[in-house]
Amino acid sequence: MSASILALSYLISATLFIIGLKKLTSPKTANAGNSLSALGMLIAIIATLYQQNVVDLPGILISIVIGSAIGLFFAIKVKMTQMPELVAILNSFGGIASALIAIATSITIWSHSSEFNLVIYVASFFGILIGLVTFSGSVLAFLKLHNYHFSKSITYPLQKYLNIILLLVIISSFFVYIYYPEFFITYISLITILSLLLGINLVLPIGGADMPVVIALMNSYSGLAAAATGFILGNSVLIIAGSLVGASGLILTQIMCRAMNRNFIQILFGSMEVDTTEQENIADIYKDNIISSSADEIAMILSAAKNVIMVPGYGMATAQAQHVCADLAVDLKEMGCDVKYAIHPVAGRMPGHMNVLLAEADVPYTDMYAMDEINHEFSQTDVVIVIGANDVVNPVARETSNSPIAGMPILNVDKAKTVVIIKRSLSPGFAGIPNPLFVNDNSIMLFDDAKKAIINIIKAIREG
Amino acid sequence: MIELIMYLTIFMLAIFVGYEIIHKIPPTLHTPLMSGTNAISGIVIVGAIIAASTDNQVVSTYLGYIAIIFASANVVGGYLVTRRMLAMFRKKDKK
Repeated sequence: MSASILALSYLISATLFIIGLKKLTSPKTANAGNSLSALGMLIAIIATLYQQNVVDLPGILISIVIGSAIGLFFAIKVKMTQMPELVAILNSFGGIASALIAIATSITIWSHSSEFNLVIYVASFFGILIGLVTFSGSVLAFLKLHNYHFSKSITYPLQKYLNIILLLVIISSFFVYIYYPEFFITYISLITILSLLLGINLVLPIGGADMPVVIALMNSYSGLAAAATGFILGNSVLIIAGSLVGASGLILTQIMCRAMNRNFIQILFGSMEVDTTEQENIADIYKDNIISSSADEIAMILSAAKNVIMVPGYGMATAQAQHVCADLAVDLKEMGCDVKYAIHPVAGRMPGHMNVLLAEADVPYTDMYAMDEINHEFSQTDVVIVIGANDVVNPVARETSNSPIAGMPILNVDKAKTVVIIKRSLSPGFAGIPNPLFVNDNSIMLFDDAKKAIINIIKAIREG
Repeated sequence: MIELIMYLTIFMLAIFVGYEIIHKIPPTLHTPLMSGTNAISGIVIVGAIIAASTDNQVVSTYLGYIAIIFASANVVGGYLVTRRMLAMFRKKDKK
C-alpha cells in the first residue's frame, strides 16, 4: 500500500512538472508554472522522506538545510548579468549529484555482491559518465564566463582525437569490468577520472561566444544524468523529470546551433577556425572609411527619428547598460518615437540572456522581438542602435561564402536608414573577422563604453 | 527485462512530451526556462535520499549526503532565481 502511495505521489509530481513547463509558454502564466513545479518537487521530497525507510533523518535534513542555504545564497546574490554563470554552476551541481548517486549505488551493490543486473550496471555507467562530464565541463564553463582571461578558446593539436580516445577507454573499461567484476575499485576510479577529463577537454576549445551552446548542452546532460539515476533506482519521477530537462536542453542547443549556422559536432569538436591572414587586413579595411561621431550628433539624429530599433549584444551586459538603454527608450517614446528591441538568439552568453537583462530594466516583453519577427522591419526603420553587438549584425554572413560566419542568420540592421554602432573599439567579435557594416555610408560609430555613451546621448537629448 | 522496457517507454514518452511543450516556449523566456529546468533536475534529491538511506555502507551514505547537498542547492537556487526573473517579466504586465 505504502509503495502505491509513493508511486502516486511521484505521478502527481511528474504531472506538476509538465504543467509547470507548459505554463512557461507565456510570461503571464510563467510564474504560476514555476510555483506548480516547485510544489511538485516538494511533494516528491516529502513522499520520499515519509515512505523511504530513512535511517538517519537528522543527517538528511541537515544536508537539505545546508544545500538550501547555498541555493538561497546564490539565488539572492546573483546579478542578472551573471545569470549564465549561475546556470553553469547549477548544471554542475545537478551533474555531480547524479554521479554521486550512481557511484554510491554501485558501491552498495558491489559490497553486497548482489546478483548481476545489467540494467543497473549500464545505467550506473551512464550516470557516472554523463554526470561527471556535466560537472567538470560546467565548472570550466563557469570559470570561462566568470573570468575573462579564461574565456578564450584553448586548443592544442589532436585535441579532438583525445576526446574520442578518452571515450573509447571509458567504454572499454566498462566492458572489462563486466567480465572482471573484481576490479570494481579500479574501474570506478578510472571512469571517474577519465570522465572528469573528458568534460574539461570538451569545453576547453569553446570560446566565449559559443558559450550559449555549451550551457544549453550541459543543461541537457544534467537532465540525462538524472534520468540515468532513475534507471538505476527504478524511479519513474527521476526518469520523467530528467527526460524533460534533457529534451529542453536539447532544443535550446539546436536553436543556438541554428542561430550560428554551425552544427553541433563542429562546436563540440574544435573551435571556429579563424583565418589569420584576414585579420591583418582589418586595419586596411577600416582605414579612413569609418564615420565616427559624438553623442550630440546622435541625439540630433534620434530626435528626428520616427522609429528606432535597439540591438543589444554582450557589450550591453558587460557595461551593465540595460537600465540606461531602457531610459533612452522611454525618452524616445515620450517624443512620439516607436522603439523596439531586436534580439538575436545568440546575443549574450546564454539563451534569452538579453531578454532577462532588459526585463530587469523594466522593458516590457512585448517590445522585445526575436530575429525572425523583426528582420523584415529594418528597411522601414529610421535609426538602429547597435549596443555592443558585432557578429550578429555582420552582413558578411549574408554575402560571402568563405567567411567563418557564412550562412549564419543575422539581424539585417544595414537595411535601416541610419545605423548607430556603440562600441568600445574596432576590435573584432568572437569570429575574429572585420565587420563591413562599420564602413557603410549609413553607419555611424560612437566609440565609448556602452553605458557612458548612452548616458551622454540621453543628456544631449534632454538638453537639446 | 520487462521493467527495463517499461522504464524506456516512460523515458521516450517524457522526451516527446518535453520536446512538444518546450519548443513552444518563446525565446524571451529561455533563460528562466534554463534555470527552471535546473531546479527540476534537482529531482535527483529523491535519488540522493534513497542512496543515503538504503544501506549501512558508510561510504555510500556519505556520498548520498553530499549528493543531497548539491541537489537541494539546485532545487532551491533554481526555483528562487527563476521566480526572481519571472517577477521582472510580470511586473510590466500590470502597467
